[in-house]
Amino acid sequence: MKSTLKKAGYSKVQKQVHDVFLQFTSKVIFFIIILFAFKLFFAGHYTPGGGFVGGLLAAAAIILLLIAFDQKTVEKMLPIDFRILIATGLVLAAGLPTLSFLFGTPFFTHQHTYITVPVFGEVALHSAVIFDVGVFLTVAGTALLIIKLIAEEDD
Amino acid sequence: MTTNILPLLPIMIPFFAGIIMLFMGKRPVWHRVVSGISGLLMMLSAVWLVISIYRNGTIVTFLGDWMAPFGISIVIDMAAALLLLTTTIIAFLIVVYSFQSIGIEREKYFYYPMVLFMIAGVNGAFSTGDIFNMFVFFEVFLLASYVLITMGGTRVQLQEGFKYLLVNLISSNFFVLGLAYLYSVTGSLNMADIYLKLEDYDGNMVIMTVLAVVFLFVFATKAGLFPLFFWLPGSYYAPPMPIIALFGALLTKVGVYAIARTYSLFFIENQAFTHQVLLLMALLTIIMGSIGALAYTDMKKIIIYNILIAVGIIIVGFSLMDETGTIGAIYYLIHDMIIKAALFMLVGFIIYRTGESDTGRLGGLIRSHPVTGWMFLVAGFALAGVPPLSGFYGKLFIVQSAFGNDLYIAGLIVLLSSLAVLISVVRIFMNVFWRESPAAGGLRAIKSDKLLFSSIGLVIISVAFGLAADLLYPLFEMAALSFHDPATYAGYLTEVE
Repeated sequence: MKSTLKKAGYSKVQKQVHDVFLQFTSKVIFFIIILFAFKLFFAGHYTPGGGFVGGLLAAAAIILLLIAFDQKTVEKMLPIDFRILIATGLVLAAGLPTLSFLFGTPFFTHQHTYITVPVFGEVALHSAVIFDVGVFLTVAGTALLIIKLIAEEDD
Repeated sequence: MTTNILPLLPIMIPFFAGIIMLFMGKRPVWHRVVSGISGLLMMLSAVWLVISIYRNGTIVTFLGDWMAPFGISIVIDMAAALLLLTTTIIAFLIVVYSFQSIGIEREKYFYYPMVLFMIAGVNGAFSTGDIFNMFVFFEVFLLASYVLITMGGTRVQLQEGFKYLLVNLISSNFFVLGLAYLYSVTGSLNMADIYLKLEDYDGNMVIMTVLAVVFLFVFATKAGLFPLFFWLPGSYYAPPMPIIALFGALLTKVGVYAIARTYSLFFIENQAFTHQVLLLMALLTIIMGSIGALAYTDMKKIIIYNILIAVGIIIVGFSLMDETGTIGAIYYLIHDMIIKAALFMLVGFIIYRTGESDTGRLGGLIRSHPVTGWMFLVAGFALAGVPPLSGFYGKLFIVQSAFGNDLYIAGLIVLLSSLAVLISVVRIFMNVFWRESPAAGGLRAIKSDKLLFSSIGLVIISVAFGLAADLLYPLFEMAALSFHDPATYAGYLTEVE
């Protein structure tokens, strides 16, 4: 973002402004957004939500940090190459339906079972979750990569 | 009921190869290896598909645990299988061609994964049996093509890439609009199911004619038919040669295939109107393409305008919708994909060797490249349809069908367009390979063994296709059946019960 500003003629904008209010609130709001992202993500099977929305929200939370602090802080917090994130997501999303061939079921047929966990009682385990994790990672990775590429200075 | 993995292979192989390359990061040499191997595997799977369809008929497979009208189905009939085979051959050869021509910078920026994602989309659009999934696969290959057309970021690429993006976004919007109409009218998105429903319906079908116009707008934009081809010459001129070859050979043809599918399965009621409009647009496309091909002296532009002529001729064949017409159209479709890729690659070789794309400033290349020169002439003759080369059979059937339907002007235009094609290509040949070589500008020293391997290999495939046309006739007869007799395409739904 800095380089874009510089190109537009704002050469005096050398340092990002330290906005205390923004930084403080974003520290709190970040967790709320992330939690809501996971809530939407897990709600996705029977109710509105799912990997796509969840991924976008998670990316939005990280972008909020990017705005409030700067890129170095975020890179320290998340030392991941977003390209690898996208590729991992694609592997999960595309690989899991392919695995169903090994079980002799049609493409994209999911397996599910119920297990009993001491505290939570009966919990459903569904292989569709893994597919959705793939979607989540791909969407979040793509959104973050786009923002990062726009914000980055040209080398 | 398990899913047959075979029809999914042409989509899955390039997709997984692309993912593997994403994990490798910016390592061009490894990208080359993976894309080459996956190209070969795709080709093998397509050959296997053609053989098994020839033996057992249309392959149908259902995704998920849902039966056909409700779930998503992959339906590959002979036409789709032949197109898949041609696509995979071209994709493999263009990947090999790219090794020495696309440049290390673009290779680092994920050129090969994008090519393979695009091939996955093209293959998916050919093989799906569900009109909404066709839209999805259109988007898949269009997204990859947006990246390919702007990759490298030169000025002309960004300018034309933006135009390309805008045109395709608008037409995709109309595609979704048309799908929504179609779903509200028929209550189904499975192509065979829609055909069966419309076949049984006796009431008023005026709305289908409106829909035919919406779909024609969409696919004519993608295929480059007459009033909507305005973006094509500019956009296809911008990217580097291997990408032009890929676009010119494959992308417009997907639009043509979509027109053929929808006009044979959905718009069967008011053929007097819909198919006449299609015929008229096709003829005007041929005329515009001929004018463009004769007017330019730039090699790339001439071949790009030849795309328009070919699209027009194929659509003439499909708009007649009788047996000879569709057989001719499929012959010409396959022929044109092969020969266009070959011509673009040969022109690309000349451009890389001399650094010049205007025929006026070239000459005398036959002394240093005799084999390439004569191969170019053979490719030109094949494009124009000189017997016994491959373009002849398609045109023969199309013209025969046009005269059979008393459409003498249409037949005449198709025949005269061959003359324009011949003049435009032979003019390139005479200017570039004959004459005295101009004093200024020597040849550039480039590694060209892979460039020549791909381009000459494809010309040889085209010649072989022309000579074996008689042997392959049963395949094409089978392929045309699902267009002129759509009940055979929809047969898999009626058999289930």
